[in-house]
Amino acid sequence: MAATFELEVATPDRLIVREQATEATVPGKDGYLGILPEHAPLLTELGAGPLTYTVGGVRHTVMVGGGWMEVLQTSVRILATVAEKPNEIDLKRAQGALDRAEQRLKDAGENDISRALAAADRARARMAVAAEFGR
Amino acid sequence: MPSLIDFRRRIRSVKNTQQITKAMKMVSAAKLRRAQEAVVAGRPFAGMLQRMLANVAGAAAGNDSVNDHPLLQQREQKRALVVLVSADRGLAGAFNSNVNRGAQKFMQDLPGVAFEIEAVGKKGRDYFRRRGFTITGDHQNFSRKPNYGDVAAVAKKVSARYAAGEVDAVYLAYNEFKSVMTQQFRMVQVLPVPLPTGGVTTNYIYEQPADELLGSLLPRYVEIELWRSVLESTASEHAARMTAMDAASRNATDVIERVTLQMNRVRQASITREIIEVVSGASALK
Repeated sequence: MAATFELEVATPDRLIVREQATEATVPGKDGYLGILPEHAPLLTELGAGPLTYTVGGVRHTVMVGGGWMEVLQTSVRILATVAEKPNEIDLKRAQGALDRAEQRLKDAGENDISRALAAADRARARMAVAAEFGR
Repeated sequence: MPSLIDFRRRIRSVKNTQQITKAMKMVSAAKLRRAQEAVVAGRPFAGMLQRMLANVAGAAAGNDSVNDHPLLQQREQKRALVVLVSADRGLAGAFNSNVNRGAQKFMQDLPGVAFEIEAVGKKGRDYFRRRGFTITGDHQNFSRKPNYGDVAAVAKKVSARYAAGEVDAVYLAYNEFKSVMTQQFRMVQVLPVPLPTGGVTTNYIYEQPADELLGSLLPRYVEIELWRSVLESTASEHAARMTAMDAASRNATDVIERVTLQMNRVRQASITREIIEVVSGASALK
């Protein structure tokens, strides 16, 4: 029996994942982080991207759009601003959001750039997760 | 003495009212279930955020940039803002007056402070507008189906006003959902953010500096507190309305019973009178 840790992913309005995972790859703000059981305690801000985790040998993916992560020896808690399972992603909306964000990047002044970038990141993350599930 | 027809009218009218109160009770019961689920669903995130904030605050304590954070500035309270979470509609027992009176008492107990109201829900807005308070914002239809985006927008606005120095403190006033029978008025301070002092128990690796992390967590904390109070208030509203309408339906049953009894007495009396008239008429002929 491989060692596991409890993985919890919560957004303000619901708890999306609560499982005993053996591994997780998390989109940190400054790059992806691989988490295995008994990881050293860690706190980080998250960026937008696919979060993959393994439960009982099966890999799962959810889209995470920013938030925070707290890693403890036996548990990983993720507070996500938004999080969606692959089947919940609205591809058309993501594509539309990406187009709008890119448009904003082109003609916006300096003040809007970080928001547009964040929006584009979220849209790309959604599309990447959806693509992985062949949709 | 009212005639039989008057009694019948009265009974019919009370029955109509009772049908409405019964229907409202059922509707509230259904909405309550959904609202309760939303409260429960929102708890994990709020709990985790609280713990994380405590940890990060402990680690970042004493750091200069922490004390400079715009959402932590302690100022002398001259102007304060109350975000008042009430219902859009009445017929919910003491629900609205609980929040309104509670908030009013709180403000009266702080005489040196000029209060403004950011109203979530129509009933609270009306109450304080009649009493001449400044209403800085008016948000409705939150309780129908609480939407995180809407609530977060209010939180952002309030935080911005605080950071700009327009107000020196921000409070939340709402009804907390204890159970279907009890809702408790709560008044909590959200700005300046009361940093929890749990102390650090774990030595974390920080991917970002602790103060930076804290800075990004704080605005979210204000959003979550407001979000939670809206959810609690929504659940409380439906619970209060359900209880009130249940009481009203039962009261209607009592009224119908009483009026029916009176009606039967009057009917009996008129029958008795007729018999006496007939009997006395007959005996007069003898």
